[in-house]
Formats: sequence, structure tokens, C-alpha cells
Amino acid sequence: MSEQVEQLIKKEYAAGFHTDIESETLPPGLNEDVVRFISAKKNEPEWMLEWRLKAYRAWLTMKEPDWAHVHYPEIDFQAVSYYSAPKSLADRPKSLDEVDPDLIETYNKLGIPLHEQEMLAGVAVDAVFDSVSVVTTFRGKLEEAGVIFCPISEAVHKYPELVKKYIGTVVPQRDNYYAALNSAVFSDGSFVYIPKGVRCPMELSTYFRINQMNTGQFERTLIIADEGSHVSYLEGCTAPQRDENQLHAAVVELIALDNAEIKYSTVQNWYPGDENGKGGIYNFVTKRGICHTRAKISWTQVETGSAVTWKYPSCILKGDHSIGEFYSVALTNNCQQADTGTKMIHLGKHTKSTIISKGISAGRSQNAYRGLVRMGPSAAGARNYTQCDSLLIGDRCGAHTFPYIESAHPSAIVEHEATTSKVSDDQMFLCQQRGLDAEKAVSMIVNGFCREVFKQLPMEFAVEAGKLLEVSLEGSVG
Amino acid sequence: MLKINELCASVEDKAIIRQLSLDVGPGEIHAIMGPNGAGKSTLGNVLAGRPGYEPTAGSVTFKGLDLLDMDPEIRAREGLFLAFQYPVEIPGVSNMELLKAAVDARRSHAGLSELSAIDFMKMAREACKAVDLDQSFLKRGVNEGFSGGEKKRNEIMQMMLMEPSLCILDETDSGLDIDALQVVARGVNAMRAADRSFIVVTHYQRLLDYIVPDYVHVLANGRIVKSGDKSLALELEAKGYSWLEDEVA
Repeated sequence: MSEQVEQLIKKEYAAGFHTDIESETLPPGLNEDVVRFISAKKNEPEWMLEWRLKAYRAWLTMKEPDWAHVHYPEIDFQAVSYYSAPKSLADRPKSLDEVDPDLIETYNKLGIPLHEQEMLAGVAVDAVFDSVSVVTTFRGKLEEAGVIFCPISEAVHKYPELVKKYIGTVVPQRDNYYAALNSAVFSDGSFVYIPKGVRCPMELSTYFRINQMNTGQFERTLIIADEGSHVSYLEGCTAPQRDENQLHAAVVELIALDNAEIKYSTVQNWYPGDENGKGGIYNFVTKRGICHTRAKISWTQVETGSAVTWKYPSCILKGDHSIGEFYSVALTNNCQQADTGTKMIHLGKHTKSTIISKGISAGRSQNAYRGLVRMGPSAAGARNYTQCDSLLIGDRCGAHTFPYIESAHPSAIVEHEATTSKVSDDQMFLCQQRGLDAEKAVSMIVNGFCREVFKQLPMEFAVEAGKLLEVSLEGSVG
Repeated sequence: MLKINELCASVEDKAIIRQLSLDVGPGEIHAIMGPNGAGKSTLGNVLAGRPGYEPTAGSVTFKGLDLLDMDPEIRAREGLFLAFQYPVEIPGVSNMELLKAAVDARRSHAGLSELSAIDFMKMAREACKAVDLDQSFLKRGVNEGFSGGEKKRNEIMQMMLMEPSLCILDETDSGLDIDALQVVARGVNAMRAADRSFIVVTHYQRLLDYIVPDYVHVLANGRIVKSGDKSLALELEAKGYSWLEDEVA
């Protein structure tokens, strides 16, 4: 089968193209002036600039982490450009008609025409094209419910009290090297606030896309679910084909106040590099949420892209009876490397967490699950269940599991189950004997392997995820 | 329907099938019997195109087409069905999902439109009923946690849905109790048709009490050493296989 495997792995990246929009791009390099420029460009108040500068100064003293099971050439952070905005959008369009037609075409190629989206699923889209949020739809309907969903750059102006109160409280500026970098230079991202007791009337969705050569992408998202509220947030990414390695360091902070619930779903499909590992996105992401009393945060991710993935969406279960969940599918093909997992930090009593991780490795890729479950000294009666399954396609890839379990309370219960399996020749032949070609057979077997996680995704996203898996596996058999 | 002409085949470079010839006409049931290691299962797997089962000489035509030239999935779409001796589990993939894709692949190969979900479900429910499988099996993962007997009945259920023109049953009777055996036989008998042929590979005569073959062939050492009608099976039951092997030697 390994010959089949090889051919399936060799298809071109379906979303590979590049739209030519005149950009206002800073020359490469990072110093205090660059931070000031970015802040000024966004017309930020003094406190925001100070916050950025503090992060920048912290970053200077920090070191890039090297403990992950990934290898890549050293990144020259002075060779990266830290700001880029599509020029024609310096003045915000009032409607889609005012949007650069090139941009609209890009969306069409990606299969996310905004016109249709408005009418379809009832999804409000905060579309981020490079660094500037371009179009925000459905604001009215959300406003009626009192929900705030806007670019974080706008929130800084309109809701400074909320931003000031919560930004950096879950992921502090100096949390880690990439988070510090993001805090200094973050371009834009989403801001969400759900008022007390409100159930957000629709799924909130953001599509991200990297479009500038050599430009780092530093999204920053802040979601606050006030007491007793509920929100489901979808994030999807895809990026065009190119040779340059691109740096991506996003930060996402979630705050679920008492009895609130946040469901955060991601489908990530950044350019993974070609079959020899050339190009592709470096994705260093810090995602973390904090749960207050009886609150719940659920992360679901489908990771198929990027050359290097370093990502651990985590939950701090601070409040008693709070719940954290992590459902993950990470697929690596060709020369991709992923080191991903989660951290469940149990602080409150009777807190509960569930981790379901499905890693799929094909080609020559390396796929690692890294997870920490920590039961704090006050986490009486806390429970964790972890299930960590790896699937290998072919015989040149690797799957690794690094579970860390720390329990400081005798009544806490931690369960960990792990399996590693291969797509067997027998399974392939069964499918082929029933008339399915090898490609369809692999994708069906892999989709079956991921079922538990896909079940967690909102319906339309689950379909997309299935398709994405199919595309990503193309060339892994033949 | 199927014409095997002096077929030779190897597994891991070891010659298993040696110049085997066999004609299967439309509507016929052929039983292939023989001692362990005679190459019975190998024959079924070679015909279905299982990787690792390499034909080295001879030819096989299926409905006038060069069978050995086709990929396994094309053979299936052309109507060749192999009921597995050891059906494998595919966790998380429901029976229904696999079968819908399978039936659609076969239909689209024949230039027919895909079945609607409703029509498919109707067919699938009937097929389940025919082999005494609860409908819940449609939603379960393929063979996931099925008992031995359930796996075999599941194979027959799939066979019914695929409406093949040539059915190869690879020791479907092994590990079945008498009740399950009867259920399987009932399913096969219900499928008998003028344009559908069967190759029933079995070690024991028992199955042939329920599925009555038109021809019985004894396979030894990779070739057919004796052919006859169903009475041959009874003779084998009484005398075993060794006299035949002696005869050939």
C-alpha cells in the first residue's frame, strides 16, 4: 500500500493562489518604532500602545521555546514584516459593493461568497483579509440581542473598558515567546461580548487568510461570555500557495463567567508546504480559556494545514464544577510537523475535563500529541478523561504521545487511554472489493477514525471538515 | 460468465494456484472443495484482485472482459463480489455509509444515477431482514464488535445490496452454527437468478445441503483434480480428501 499512499499524498494544494491587491506593507524588522507605527495606524489610545510596548520589552528578554517535537530552520524575526493592510480598504466599505472585486473573487475561490453566506446558514462573518477586518455582516441582528461582534481594533475604541479589563488576563503578555510577540504587534482579530443570560442567536464565524508575501500574521481574539450566556464561535483558515515560510502567531483568549458556555471550533488549513517540505506556514498559536463557576469551554479543532503547528488550546478550570473539553483532529501529510494538544488546569472543586485527540500521520510527517492534565491542591473530586488515538498511513511517518499528568489532590481522578493503529491493507481491500477506489477508501477510513470529534462540530462545519480531510489526504494512496 | 484458463498465481513468490481452469456459466453454482492449503481461498482472492495475490500466468475473462487487467474496485463495480472469510472491522465508518458508497459506485459505473437515501434505506432494511440482522446494524461501524456469525450475515446482506453477477463465498460457513448457516443459505438461495453465478468455497459438505451446487470441484495442490455433481460432495464427506490426493499422485 505504501506506493498507493505516496501517490495520494501528491496532489496540489487546492486553495493555492494569490490575489494581487495593492498593500501598505511595512519593511521587515521589529523595534519599538514598528510597535508605535502599528498602534498609530490603528489610532489606538495611549493605554493600548503602552500595553503593546510592555509586551515588546518582555519579548526582547525571552527565548523561543525548543521543547516541541518539531524541527525548522531558525526564524529571523527581523526579516518579517509586521504590518500589512489592503490599501483600497483604508476607508472601510459600507457594503459589499464597495469591496475590492479582487477580494470578492478570492472569497469565491475559497468557496465562501459573502453574498451567499448572508443568506445561507445565518452565520455572521467577520472576514479578516491579511491584517484588516474587511466586512462585518449581520451586525444589526446581533446588536438586537446585545451581542458585540467586531474587529478587536474597533473594540479598543468603542468598548475600551471591556478590552482593558480582560485582554491579557488569560494569556498574559509574557506567557510565552509567541504570545509576547503577538501582544506587541497584533494586527487585528475578533472581539466578542455576550451579555448576561443571552444565548447568541447565531454561530459567529471568522475566516482568516494570509495574503501578503513575507508578512507575519498576528491575530488576536478575545471572547467574553458574561454570566449565564452561551456562544458558539467558528474559525476557519485557508492560505494561498507560495515558497516563503510564513510566520503565524495568534492569541485567542476566552473568558466564560459563571454558568456561561463557549464553544470554539476551528478548521485550520494554512498552506502546508509542498511535498518536499518547502514553504508552508509556521503556526505558533496560544489559545486559552478560563472557566468560572459552573462555566464550560469546549475547544474543537480540525488541523490539516501548516508546515509546523505548535498549538495547545487550553482550559483553566478555576470555578467549582466548571467543565473543559478538547476535541482534536490533527492530520499531517508530506513533511508537515504538528505538536499539538491541550492543557487542562483543574483548580476548582469537582471540575471536569474531557480530551479526545485523533492524530493522523501520512507521508513523512510527524504528529505529536502533547497534553497536560494538572489537578491542583484544591481540586477535590476533579476528573479528567483522556483518549488519545493515532492513525498511521504508510510506514515513513511518525506518531508521538507526550501526556503529562500532575495530581496534587488525592480525590482527583485522571484516566488516560491511548491507541496507535494503521490503516490496514485488509480495510483498504474490503472497501475496494465493495467498489470504492483507494482514495475514497482511505478518506472513509480516516473520517471514521475522526467521527467522535466531527460529531462535536456544528453541522455545516462537520461537512467541510470531512471534505478538507479528503483533500488533505489526496496522494496518500493511489 | 467466468472463464479461467490455466491460471497460475503466487503469494509471496510461492506458487499456490497451478494451471487452474474453470468455466462458470450464468446462473450456475459451483462448489470448490478441498483440503486445507489447497489454494481455495487464494483462488477467490486472486479473482477479486487482492494485493499480494499475484497471477503469474494464464487468463481470466469475466463477462467477456479481461479480469486480471482490472483494478479490484473495477472488478467489484463490474459485479464481482467476494464474501470474506474474515471480514475486517472499520471503526467509525457505518455499514450504511460504506454500502451507500458501494452501491452508488456500482450504479454510476453502470451509467445509473445514485440512489436516493430513502430508496437505499428501503433496500438496506429489506436486505437486513432477509438475513435476520437487526436494522441497528446499518448504523454500527462496519463489523465493529460483531460476532462471527453477525459478520458473515453482514457479508450476505452486503452481497444482496450490491446485486453482483458473480458471488464468491469464501468459507462463509466456517464458524457458523446450524441456524446461522441456514440463514446464510436462505439468503443465497433467494439471490439465485439466471444471470447470476456463484462460486462457493467450502471445506465441508454441510453447507451444500442448503446451497445445492450444480457442480462440485475438488481443489488439491493448486489445481482442480476432480469435478462432478453434488454427489461428489457426499462422496468426499464419506471418504475424505486423501484418496483424491493419492489418485493424483
